[in-house]
Amino acid sequence: MTAVAIQRPPRRRVPAGRIVLHTVLILGGLTMLFPFVWMVLTSFKSDQQMLLNPQEVLPEPWRAENYSDALTAAPFARAFWNSFYIAAITVTGTLITSAMAAYAFARIRFRGRGLLFGVFLATQMVPAQVTIVPLYLMMSKLGWVDTHLALIIPAMVNPFAVFLLRQFILAVPAELEDAGRIDGAGHWTIFWRIVLPNIRPGLGALGIIVFLGSWNSFFFPLIFLNTTELFTVPMLIAQFVGQHDLTSYGLVMAANVVTVVPMLIAFLIGQRRIINSLASSGLGGR
Amino acid sequence: MTTVPQQRPTGWRKRDKWWAAAFLGPQVGGLLVFLVFPLGFAVVLSFMQWDGLTEASWVGFDNFRAQFADPEFGHAIWNTAKLGLITVPVGLGLALLIAVALNSVRGKTIYRVVYFLPVVTSSVAVAVMWKSILASGDYGILNNTAHDLFGVTLPDWLNSEQWVMVSVAVVTIWSSLGLNVVIFLAGLQTIPPQLMEAGRIDGASPARLFRSITLPMISPTLFFTMVVSVISSLQAFESVYILANPAHNDGARTIVYQVYDLGFKQFRFGLSSAAALILLVLTVAVTLIQFGAQKRFVHYEE
Repeated sequence: MTAVAIQRPPRRRVPAGRIVLHTVLILGGLTMLFPFVWMVLTSFKSDQQMLLNPQEVLPEPWRAENYSDALTAAPFARAFWNSFYIAAITVTGTLITSAMAAYAFARIRFRGRGLLFGVFLATQMVPAQVTIVPLYLMMSKLGWVDTHLALIIPAMVNPFAVFLLRQFILAVPAELEDAGRIDGAGHWTIFWRIVLPNIRPGLGALGIIVFLGSWNSFFFPLIFLNTTELFTVPMLIAQFVGQHDLTSYGLVMAANVVTVVPMLIAFLIGQRRIINSLASSGLGGR
Repeated sequence: MTTVPQQRPTGWRKRDKWWAAAFLGPQVGGLLVFLVFPLGFAVVLSFMQWDGLTEASWVGFDNFRAQFADPEFGHAIWNTAKLGLITVPVGLGLALLIAVALNSVRGKTIYRVVYFLPVVTSSVAVAVMWKSILASGDYGILNNTAHDLFGVTLPDWLNSEQWVMVSVAVVTIWSSLGLNVVIFLAGLQTIPPQLMEAGRIDGASPARLFRSITLPMISPTLFFTMVVSVISSLQAFESVYILANPAHNDGARTIVYQVYDLGFKQFRFGLSSAAALILLVLTVAVTLIQFGAQKRFVHYEE
């Protein structure tokens, strides 16, 4: 080996370093994939196999009935619909109202603007868990406990969204709006016709962040929902685990696969946009 | 701007005030109703004893005293701190390492996608997946394999008071790694290549390049991810709720679990609000300390 190394020009040594890098990255990648693979394998195992030979890697036999059993044991289709429409309404409402507020902070002059914006930013420091007891008491007064309104309406209040969209609006060239103003357009027309179309990338990124946050949220549904038919996907799977935990791992994992796979497929389709959205705005939907 | 109050606002400007109110209305109104009001309500509740049914009574600072005297709250603080002390340095260190490695190889996309898979998976689903790996007894693949192949008996990761937070930390690091990697990667890509080139010409070693160029250049990103990681450690709940058994294991009790337990299982609204406000004070304090430290350690481009 040494003879070969000497003959080669020094530049050729770089691939050796690359191989080390790729080895590290592949090992890391396998660590990322293993829990998913193990979940899928377990989802096809029978209770008997889990009990007698839990260390066997492959299912023997492959028991696809776990899936049909899981799907009939709990209302998964219903939970998917609940999660989807809650997330969709939350995204729409958040995008419209936070873009409006962002426009006001970026483009309308009014007294106390800086102060109000500062207050907006400061409220981001308040964790949602801090106000959960009073919020619950308010919701029960309103009759919103055990309804989806308790999940949708408070989630639309989003200072981070206002902050993010304000950044995008500030980057829109003011000349575009001036042109509109000369043509006699008011704030609403300028906002709707000129600003919104120009901040589409920001709206897209924010939409992805808010959708993921809503889809994956667990704390609020846990506090506010009691009826199984109203459960979101994470709530239903949590209840399912509670009911079947130690008796039927295959069934639980089949249910988990059912809830995870649609998100993963959506992610793979839009991976570039989803990753870039979360990378550029950082907060990861929380 | 100082001349503005002297001149009478033109009609245009006067109308602007109303436009601002209309545009801000939904978010500002929502903030008042769903954040400012409940926050004030929480402060009031924290000085009261109330179960929601019987008459409420004013107890002054008793709830706070009770929390600080409560060993369960002590556990909650310690466990939450433990989680942060593991996940922040280890999680960010690993993410930075992987981002630096990724930045110098081709085929980033496939790695980015793989490392990102847990980020788009709900924390509940993640906890369920890891439960089958870390469980003790017949079902946990990790302990089973260690026992069968190497004859080693590993701890009961999820039920032992000592190890449960370490397990939660591992799962947390695993599930947030991809997000931190892509954030670091975005930061690394803003470093001008000429800078690295100049360092290399001067004969700097890779370690020296990393310390003197890479680290200062991405310190704003590092700072941002640190603030986010510390805050999310302070708010840890879902991972322990599903993965561990905080109701029966003091080692898995976090501050938010304490708030949840007191408020929604014991219906002691005053105590729960007191614990919640301590969480708020901790969050604000940690954030301010970090922003103070930022001046010393974070390098911003002119």
